Amino acid sequence: MPADPTPQTSASKVPLWRQPVLRALVFQIALVLALLAFGNYLLNNTLQNMEQRGITTGFGFLSNAAGFGILQSLIPYDETYTYGRTFLVGLLNTLLVAGLGIFFATLLGFFIGVARLSHNWLVARLATIYIETFRNIPLLLQIMFWYFAVLRPLPAPRQSLAMGDSVFLNNRGLFLPKPVSEEGFGMVLTAFVIALVAVFLVARWARRRQEETGRQFPTVPAGVALVIGLPLIVFWLVGAPMHWDYPALKGFNFRGGLEVLPELAALVLALSIYTGAFIAEAVRSGIMAVSHGQTEASYALGLRPGITLKLVVIPQAMRVIIPQLTSQYLNLTKNSSLATAIGYPDLVNVFAGTTLNQTGQAVEVIAMTMGVYLLISLVISMFMNWYNKRKQLVER
Amino acid sequence: MSTHTPHPDLPPPSTSVGLIGWLRANLFSSWPNSLLTIAAIYVLFIALPPLIEWAFLKASWLGDSRAPCDAEKGGACWVFVKVRMDQFMYGLYPESEYWRINLAGILIVALMVPLFLKRFRWKPQLGLFILVGYPIIAYFLFSGGVFGLQHVETSRWGGLTLTLILSSVGMAASFPLGILLALGRRSKMPIVKAVSVVFIEFWRGVPLITVLFMSSVMLPLFLPEGTHFDKLLRAMIGIALFQSAYMAEVVRGGLQAIPKGQYEAAQALGLSFWHSMGLIILPQALKLVIPGIVNTFIALFKDTTLVLIIGLFDMLAMIQAALADPNWLGFAIEGLTFAAFVYWIFCFSMSRYSQALERKLHTGHAR
Repeated sequence: MPADPTPQTSASKVPLWRQPVLRALVFQIALVLALLAFGNYLLNNTLQNMEQRGITTGFGFLSNAAGFGILQSLIPYDETYTYGRTFLVGLLNTLLVAGLGIFFATLLGFFIGVARLSHNWLVARLATIYIETFRNIPLLLQIMFWYFAVLRPLPAPRQSLAMGDSVFLNNRGLFLPKPVSEEGFGMVLTAFVIALVAVFLVARWARRRQEETGRQFPTVPAGVALVIGLPLIVFWLVGAPMHWDYPALKGFNFRGGLEVLPELAALVLALSIYTGAFIAEAVRSGIMAVSHGQTEASYALGLRPGITLKLVVIPQAMRVIIPQLTSQYLNLTKNSSLATAIGYPDLVNVFAGTTLNQTGQAVEVIAMTMGVYLLISLVISMFMNWYNKRKQLVER
Repeated sequence: MSTHTPHPDLPPPSTSVGLIGWLRANLFSSWPNSLLTIAAIYVLFIALPPLIEWAFLKASWLGDSRAPCDAEKGGACWVFVKVRMDQFMYGLYPESEYWRINLAGILIVALMVPLFLKRFRWKPQLGLFILVGYPIIAYFLFSGGVFGLQHVETSRWGGLTLTLILSSVGMAASFPLGILLALGRRSKMPIVKAVSVVFIEFWRGVPLITVLFMSSVMLPLFLPEGTHFDKLLRAMIGIALFQSAYMAEVVRGGLQAIPKGQYEAAQALGLSFWHSMGLIILPQALKLVIPGIVNTFIALFKDTTLVLIIGLFDMLAMIQAALADPNWLGFAIEGLTFAAFVYWIFCFSMSRYSQALERKLHTGHAR
């Protein structure tokens, strides 16, 4: 008769090195030690190397005078400002490109995404061709195409392409009339902010009323009317405190007006066209993810197509679209760093490029640059987690 | 008693079948739709004929100087691309040694073919050889210095060859690292998990450009004084680290899709962690995420163009250099269109392949 297989209940019977808790502990301690040793090794080498090259560590260089000019700056800047200022200038330029790119990519993406689902065969095909073409060509190549093949060969300022007397396009950039505010324009801005707050409140009230009573309120038209109408009325009441500054040819280039650098234009074009293709796919997948039964059920309840779209399809589609959309926004922001290939003065070009070359503070500069992008992506993913949580609560 | 014979079916109205029916259903179903169709046709009418005329009808194909291009205005000058083709493909590699690159290319294609055959029995072994053995052979073929082959420095590697080398090395190196990171992120050990999460989120949060800058500027600082580090190798390390984070997220998706029962069954059989992962979980998980892996490969393939910013000569950089040739100024559109076409062919075929795989592998594991 075989011996009764007694189950090993007490932990002491298991050899020490086979206990999961202990093994995990030892393994993790070993991991931490290895990482610390590795980090220490790198740190020592770096310090030694920097000493050898005569580079002082630390962020003191940020307050030294930069001594180089920057093509485009949203804040006052010239050679006498500090390296710390170059960081700010670059960061703002990056944010400008990212903001413009996100705006146009979203417009384009939603338009193309809806077009691809169109019942019109030709329109759907054209949208598909657009998506498959631009998604599969490297972004850097597209940026270079717009810059080197389209915008740079444009005629010189004297022969610029003109639209009327106010818009000029040449190889120095795009020149637009610039609105210049006069005294009293602050009132208009205040009216705009008030309108925004009012729209937010109206939307909340409308949603609550609809949830309670089922009665609908035309939030979107009312909102648009408020945001556009209120500042406009104030604008006229105060007596139109604004005039346009038109660009004019003086010497070899245009002066005055709003100047859009060809680098900026190429970058925004390429970024929005490239990311637009991905956003279109996100929009399409979002709309396709809402099962047809939902639409049919809504029709069966007697809802009209417009209301079905607004109350049934779009809210559910958005749940799929928004996470993909935010990750595309994040990609666009990171991709805006390709600006450096065509010389647009973004953060990477100005700070990780010129500033790094002049100061040699590689570790600090790269760390600060990476830190900015990390911060942006952390903020965006925090927003996404918040959004997901909020939407999941609504679900069931 | 007479039986009721139904009247024979009438043919459908001529407006709902055939070409007219198709047109009515797909292009002219309502008047806004018709307007849309007409607008689309108008756009095509405006854009297509000049494009075809430029790219084909008026284009110059023959000769090896720019004379025919200057003679015929208004057409593309493909002569420019033709003359530079060798450089676009092989970079600055010595012309007499092109056969080495060609041989490596033929070899990898010949090795890959059996992987797609259904009946081939040695797939795992062959796959392992491609991942481990082939890179060594290819390295010695490219670099030379042995068996009487002329030594070619990595700074002369370039063109499409370099693009392919970078993307395949990035892929092969990031794959095992990505699997380790994915396992680490799902580990129950808090420190292992934290380290993996921080590593993954760090690389995913920064743009590849800054990673390349870092690898080209900071790596030399990290290493002991006097260590010489090849520029290409530095870029490869940067790309591999960057890519491994994306790979880890793809693999994690696969690991999460495997039902818990599989993990528990492996434990119940008394398998160790590495056995249960290697024999039970990973084979299923990786199969699930093959399309995702192909997609990250496409992204990597497109991203390799960024190495031109740190001064490596991939295909795009070769084209950019060719554009600056004083004898051939003004052919930016042709050069970049050609590059776009080559990249597009690669990426589009890979994405089609990934879609086909997705359909084929849809075996019901995914939830």
